[in-house]
Amino acid sequence: MAVPRRSKPTLLLLLLLSLFASSSLAIATGNGGGYSINGRVKIPGFGAKGFGLPVKANNAKVILNGGQQVTFLKPDGYFSFHNVPAGTHLIEVVVIGYFFSPVRVDVSARNPGKIQAALTETRRGLNELVLEPLKEQQYYEIREPFNIMSIVKSPMGLMIGFMVVVVFLMPKLVENMDPEEIRKAQEEMRNQGVPSLANLMPGAGAGGGRSN
Amino acid sequence: MAMAIKLSLILLLCLSSLLAPSFSLFEDQVGLMDWHQRYIGKVKHAVFHTQKAGRKRVLVSTEENVIASLDLRRGEIFWRHVLGPNDVVDKIDIALGKYVITLSSEGSILRAWNLPDGQMVWESFLSGSKYSKALLTVPSNLKVDLDSPIFVYSGGCLHAISSIDGEYLWKKDFAIESVDVHQLILSGGSDVVHAVGVTDSSQFDTYEIDVKNGGLLKHTSASFPGGVYGEILPVSGDRFVVLDASRSVVLLITVNNGATHLQQTHVSDLIHGSSENTVILPSKLSGIFSLRTDSCIVFVKVTDEGKLNVMEKVDKTVVVSDALALSEGEQAFALVQQGDSKIELSVRLVHDMSSNHLKETVKMDHERGFVHKIFINNYVRTDRSHGFRALIVMEDHSLLLLQQGEIVWTRDDGLASVIDVTTSELPVEKIGVSVAKVEHSLFEWLKGHMLKLKGTLMLATPDEVAAIQQIRLQSSQKNKMTRDHNGFRKLLILLTRAGKLYALHTGNGRVVWSTLLQSLRTTSQQQCAGLKLRQWQVPHHHALDNNPSVLVVGRCGLSLTSPSALSIVDAYTGKELQNLGPAEHSTVQVITLPFRDSTEQQLHLLIDADKRAHLYPTTPEAASIFQRESENVYWYSVESEAGILRGYGVKKTHSSEYSFEARNLWSIVFPAESEKIIATVTRKPNEVVHTQAKVIADEDVMYKYISKNMVFVATVSPKASGPIGSATPDESVLVVYLIDTVTGRILHRMTHLGSQGPVHAVLSENWVVYHYFNLRAHRYEMSVIEIYDQSRAENKDVLKLIVGKHNLTTPVSSYSRPEVTTKSQSYFFTHSVKAISVSSTAKGITSKHLLIGTIGDQVLALDKRFVDPRRSLNPTQAEKEEGLLPLTDALPIIPQSYVTHAFKVEGLRGIETIPAKLESTSLVFAYGVDLFYTRIAPSKTYDSLTEDFNYALLLLTIVALVIAIFVTWVLSERKDLQDKWR
Repeated sequence: MAVPRRSKPTLLLLLLLSLFASSSLAIATGNGGGYSINGRVKIPGFGAKGFGLPVKANNAKVILNGGQQVTFLKPDGYFSFHNVPAGTHLIEVVVIGYFFSPVRVDVSARNPGKIQAALTETRRGLNELVLEPLKEQQYYEIREPFNIMSIVKSPMGLMIGFMVVVVFLMPKLVENMDPEEIRKAQEEMRNQGVPSLANLMPGAGAGGGRSN
Repeated sequence: MAMAIKLSLILLLCLSSLLAPSFSLFEDQVGLMDWHQRYIGKVKHAVFHTQKAGRKRVLVSTEENVIASLDLRRGEIFWRHVLGPNDVVDKIDIALGKYVITLSSEGSILRAWNLPDGQMVWESFLSGSKYSKALLTVPSNLKVDLDSPIFVYSGGCLHAISSIDGEYLWKKDFAIESVDVHQLILSGGSDVVHAVGVTDSSQFDTYEIDVKNGGLLKHTSASFPGGVYGEILPVSGDRFVVLDASRSVVLLITVNNGATHLQQTHVSDLIHGSSENTVILPSKLSGIFSLRTDSCIVFVKVTDEGKLNVMEKVDKTVVVSDALALSEGEQAFALVQQGDSKIELSVRLVHDMSSNHLKETVKMDHERGFVHKIFINNYVRTDRSHGFRALIVMEDHSLLLLQQGEIVWTRDDGLASVIDVTTSELPVEKIGVSVAKVEHSLFEWLKGHMLKLKGTLMLATPDEVAAIQQIRLQSSQKNKMTRDHNGFRKLLILLTRAGKLYALHTGNGRVVWSTLLQSLRTTSQQQCAGLKLRQWQVPHHHALDNNPSVLVVGRCGLSLTSPSALSIVDAYTGKELQNLGPAEHSTVQVITLPFRDSTEQQLHLLIDADKRAHLYPTTPEAASIFQRESENVYWYSVESEAGILRGYGVKKTHSSEYSFEARNLWSIVFPAESEKIIATVTRKPNEVVHTQAKVIADEDVMYKYISKNMVFVATVSPKASGPIGSATPDESVLVVYLIDTVTGRILHRMTHLGSQGPVHAVLSENWVVYHYFNLRAHRYEMSVIEIYDQSRAENKDVLKLIVGKHNLTTPVSSYSRPEVTTKSQSYFFTHSVKAISVSSTAKGITSKHLLIGTIGDQVLALDKRFVDPRRSLNPTQAEKEEGLLPLTDALPIIPQSYVTHAFKVEGLRGIETIPAKLESTSLVFAYGVDLFYTRIAPSKTYDSLTEDFNYALLLLTIVALVIAIFVTWVLSERKDLQDKWR
């Protein structure tokens, strides 16, 4: 967080340059006991999005096989693992704020220099080991801006609304009604009696009986 | 009709709970109920960077594989990187004044980091042919063709690397000559690197190498038959000292014009008296070396004629710093003398050893223990004299900066290495609060809520918004030192690797007390380490006047059979109440028994390496309780190497009053050629399960098989026990077991073909969730096994269940062998996992969340409903009603459900969950190099109002309603009057 201002423009410049620079990726080279895996992490909008991002990517980590080796990104996004035995490996990229798919990397012992890489999430094969985030991650809920509807929808708002309806509209409704009809409705209510709880919940009683 | 309403209601509920992840946070709620602390660990090396302009900083590397840049003024972290677990930092230095150079992984990886912001600039891999010690030399003012090379000796080769871009310049292999290089020396101004080493520990070699191309200019050697011990250390440009193999003779080596001259001096001539365990301290002083024995440290000056003169003798507890070059070719170094609750720091100049250049006495909390390391740095005062600042590393791993006799700042970096965690309740609040205080707080409370209301209505000015945030963060409520109604305020008791116990307040994470345990202090005779932390006394009813206390179990020595150290510590004050160590027995396992004595002390069984059980507390009362219950005491042990699981009980005949012989009840031997134990997990002993019955769709009931004596064991084929990529899918098999630990009965066994570890698992209630790697799909998978009791299956009357007339009250016993059925399902999971845990609540009613510590050091909360083996592709209407989710092949990762939100718990090692008193809420503490605490509500806070509930709005509504009532009353009165007049 405490990053001096002056370093940022140079960093950004490097990153911008790296976005346009086309490069051939030597992915695996034989080297004594093991092989090397070289790749690159590309975060779109890295230069365009403002000053906040380089700090974020500053803490990027690239992890081989769930922690066997951990490496960091160079300013241009390149990374490499050394002394990797032949076999099928898993590379994960960790950057706060982005979701990266783990990558399956096959390092072949028979013909060194040839590797295959594929995203495990989407099963998309990669020609080059260039890893891009699948999506950005937003860790916080967005607070809705204030609007009158949220107040109205809140319990208190509903209370007031209901009161307004009862106070001002109900008398009008009653006024407009035929006195005959009101009497009828009142009688009907009396005949029906108070609705019981049991009537409302037929599921509980009946269900218990059925299962036996 | 009513059914339809009920249905739609349930659907609505399900939908609403589905749409929003149940853990989610607004950005302005950060810090409200969580805190995050960043640490670095015990400092190994420190390099100061104090130029006249710009920030003053110190670069450190630590035992937690952290490299960090700290603010020298306040001790804050500018930037920090946590390297991989195998990537141990060997050396650290600064090159070109702008890059931090680190050498790690036994000298095979050299990295340069940008000094201001910590961005990695370049990385070089140095391949060697054999193992050797790693040396790094960064010349300060050497220029070779516009480049300044860095010299690294590692893997038997000397490498020269450009400090600008990390390119190889040249490499010189010393492995062919089988020489082991001890020192790389660059004499100022010349173009020659001197490599000094030993061949076959009996021949002394010096090489002169051209810095431009690595060509060998000169090689001299001299043999001494005695052999050497330790390192060759330089005294001056052409003189070196080393101890001989017997550690009783100091060899002074003089290289002069291609000739090597050896001179022997007996240590006993320098130090009169005993001289055991002699070592030469690497202090880089010119013309002086220091020798440490069991009794003292002596400084020996080497005169120009090659004579050794003892200059001074100091106590052996004195810590000596490396030499610091001052401006006029002068050198200074610091000595720290330990006193009682104070330390004495003295700085001396090499030219004038007789007197102290500077002597300061600093008060020091004795809970920090001894000084372990000191690094010094100088600054020029206004009167052009030299001032000194010292960075010291203490026994408890804390880091302090001393300047002008004061402690400028301290960092409690012992908290980066937490071993075990437990909690303690805070004291009950004393009644009798003054009225004025209540009035004041009421006024404050109202004011706060008025501000909040303004905030919601968007009327607040920016200043007021800031004030609102301030009020929310610094609510004095959450930081009180008393018990609260909801059980959110607790003490987190942490045991660290340094043997120090910390109590942290859950409100804001401040350290309430800390104690360096005397019984766990490492002395010169033995190395002690803490093992386990348990609750010892939790006063509930009988002993309310007593403070709660915790039991710390440690081990004095490195082997499993070393004697154990026990200590009981008061949880409120941190006082060591009882020091039971060193006990005569070792400890390999600590079992908390579910029994308490009359003073509410928890009974504990400590199992030693000879499978004997030792009972604590050692009181006759505890012994009689244990005697009564001893038939029901069982435990098991896992022998991972041999692949054996054994179950034990207590023998009737006991060897002494408080120690008991174990009898082997059962053992399960896994075939060594096909299975290797990689993980065992049990239930948390304090877990509460609310009900055994689980009502599923169609008003059917299933009975969970809930047994405290269940253990989950995972084995893999030995070939697949390495990391990913070392085995093919055909040769790796993962087998998981659920085993009853009382009878040794295998309840369930399942095979995952083509899968391998590492396995992380969590066992709770009647289910186990485990994470492993599927080699065929090449993705991580998570599987769930739920185990149900079939013997109660016919007992399905829901009505009886509600009324309580069912057979659930019959106890679950491991002696009976109930029929069990299991259900299982697997899903893909994107990330690697470091730790996995489950939320725990007071009564176990609230639904559960899995807490998954991912490889990115974040903690993800995953609803248990996602790992329900009854999920199907097309759930029926009834199943949907029940809240069963349609089956997907992968578990979702919703960013809002990261409990750590935008924070990282670097170096995550464990996640602890503690139930709050409020049923809906569970407290979560994640620890690694960093500490993080928050509380989660897996089913939302259904039993309390949320933090942002607006009381002011409620009040306003009530007032509005009252006014409305009056208005309508007045109106109706008037209308009545008019009607009467009519």
